[in-house]
Amino acid sequence: MSNFFSKAEVTSSGRPVFLHNEVECHLLSGVDLEPEDHHHFTPLKSGILILTTHRLLWLHSSSATTPTSASAIPLAAISHIFSSRKSLKSVFHSPRIRFQVLVSPDGRVFDPGSGSGSSSGSGSRSVVVTAVIRGKGDSDGFLVKFWDSWRARAWESNETSGSGSGSGLASGSEAVTGTGGGLYSRDGSLRMVGVAGILRKEQQMWESTDKSLQDAFQDLNALMGKAKEMVMLAEKMRQKLLSGTSSQTSGANDEDMGSKEEMQDWLLSVGIISPVTKESAGALYHQQLSRQLADFVRTPLERAGGMINLIDAYCLFNRARGTELISPDDMLQACSLWEKFDVPVMLRKFDSGVMVIQNKSHSDDEVFARIKSLAAKPEALRNGVSPTDAAMSLGIAPAMAKEHLLTAESKGLLCRDISPDGFRFYINLFPEIDPLNIYFVKDYGICSTWIKAVSTSGFQNHAVIPL
Amino acid sequence: MVIILISSLRFRLEAENFSPISIYCEGSTCREMQKLGDFKLPHFFNYPPYFTLQPVRETREKQVQLWKELILDYCRTQKIFVIKLEEEFPLFSNSVIERTLSHEAREAFLSALAAEGRAEWLDKGHRSCLILWHRIQEWADIIVNFVKDNGFEDSVMTVEEIRFGIESRRTELHGIDRTILMRALKLLEQKGKLAIFKGTSTDDEGIKFSV
Repeated sequence: MSNFFSKAEVTSSGRPVFLHNEVECHLLSGVDLEPEDHHHFTPLKSGILILTTHRLLWLHSSSATTPTSASAIPLAAISHIFSSRKSLKSVFHSPRIRFQVLVSPDGRVFDPGSGSGSSSGSGSRSVVVTAVIRGKGDSDGFLVKFWDSWRARAWESNETSGSGSGSGLASGSEAVTGTGGGLYSRDGSLRMVGVAGILRKEQQMWESTDKSLQDAFQDLNALMGKAKEMVMLAEKMRQKLLSGTSSQTSGANDEDMGSKEEMQDWLLSVGIISPVTKESAGALYHQQLSRQLADFVRTPLERAGGMINLIDAYCLFNRARGTELISPDDMLQACSLWEKFDVPVMLRKFDSGVMVIQNKSHSDDEVFARIKSLAAKPEALRNGVSPTDAAMSLGIAPAMAKEHLLTAESKGLLCRDISPDGFRFYINLFPEIDPLNIYFVKDYGICSTWIKAVSTSGFQNHAVIPL
Repeated sequence: MVIILISSLRFRLEAENFSPISIYCEGSTCREMQKLGDFKLPHFFNYPPYFTLQPVRETREKQVQLWKELILDYCRTQKIFVIKLEEEFPLFSNSVIERTLSHEAREAFLSALAAEGRAEWLDKGHRSCLILWHRIQEWADIIVNFVKDNGFEDSVMTVEEIRFGIESRRTELHGIDRTILMRALKLLEQKGKLAIFKGTSTDDEGIKFSV
């Protein structure tokens, strides 16, 4: 029954939408989910099982179609994970992972979000679910990570940190939630009272920040865990910057505006907390990477006007990943896999060898129409169109503009003009010239428009001598 | 009288240093277009891409066709028989738009003429090209007509007389390139219309017509 599982949302490229602070830990392919008895739900066959810090997600995997939804079991609903029993039988079988899931009275997986936040009181029944791993993934590693994630209980710390953060100064009073008076709060730490309390709180925060920075930089693994803290820190700094500039006088503003914009750009590129890594996705590395890349590349595409150089996209993507960088080969393979999936972006190679990523909805004809009208303007008729002119007028990068101009030339819309001044394009007049009658110019047509535009500027080098 | 004559002469000489604009009307529109000497240039001579060898096949074909026509026309009116690629050739540059045909482009257009039989490379390195704005056969016909018109059927003439003699002044033969003339004469010799024999000096051959 599909009613058993919680619903999980999926992006348009088939990757699951993660909750706030949720990080992907491991991924296995070719997994069946079976209940101990079939009246709880029908077994799910041959899917991708994704373990995150908060949930277990199962996506139906077929490389031809993109999954539109996924099934989820919150880790909070799991009451027990069985350790793997090594027996003679297990040598011949596919590896199995068994765990116990709490079930609410109406037959669905117990959803801690809908409850009152108290622990396992209300779910009285439980079902044993077996994940049969028929694919080639590392099931022992998965089990270890499963234990770790389940015990870490990331979803609970989420709730408490959510209520406890906020501006440090005001939270002095927040720590008093639901307790009585007294200097010491319920868990025995020093309560913050008065100005001394505020100062102490500030001091504590700086110390913890300092310590957290030290921990992070010592060990890369620890850095991954601290990644989201780093992002929060960066966010706080940005807030400070924003509030700082508004109170200053105009003198120092330009510099601050510049660094503020820099800060913003940097933050935008540090957006992904959960990179897909070879470790967690195993044999499906390129597939998952491909889908993640498709998701990521949407925003830069829009900013760049629908087309972005592959090299630029590679730089942006790696920058956003931070660690666990991908190689150019991986990037190329990920892009070539898009043909097999139903994603809204595609890789395109121009005649000159330049490769770009563009939206499937991008239309070449529309660009040509714009180029044609640009080349027919009087200024362009006199001096031609350079890639920079086209870039400014079309709102795209100069390298992209040059590609478009070259493609328009190959279609016969434009002609090139190479001179010491550089590379320029003019609208193509050749089709209108009759080789048998080269002195004749039609009244209406691009030739006559060109002649009019050119003669109004006049030729400065001419000297007219009436004889 | 003499003073007026001299001053008008000088005026004319000075004027030739500039390129005068001629106004001509075609269709129902009037166009200003510069000239090369007294040769009328078409309007697309001022179109910059005309001077850049076009890569796109269709465009290139049209461009080559236009240049072939222009080269033949110019050579015919200016009586130019040989084009040397490395020298300056007025038709291959346009000072108004500041463009010049590259060596590659010149070679491409002249080779196209050669492929059509309207030009011939004089050397393997393609540095010098003979322009046949009349084909050799056409020149041969002109010679035959010249002989018939002037009653030279059974007489003897030297090659130089054909080229610069008084009789040839009113014909296209006047000032013809020696190589082309010799080719045409050899063609006629093969047909038995004349005989070529060496003259008293080494470079002056004689022709006996038997048209």
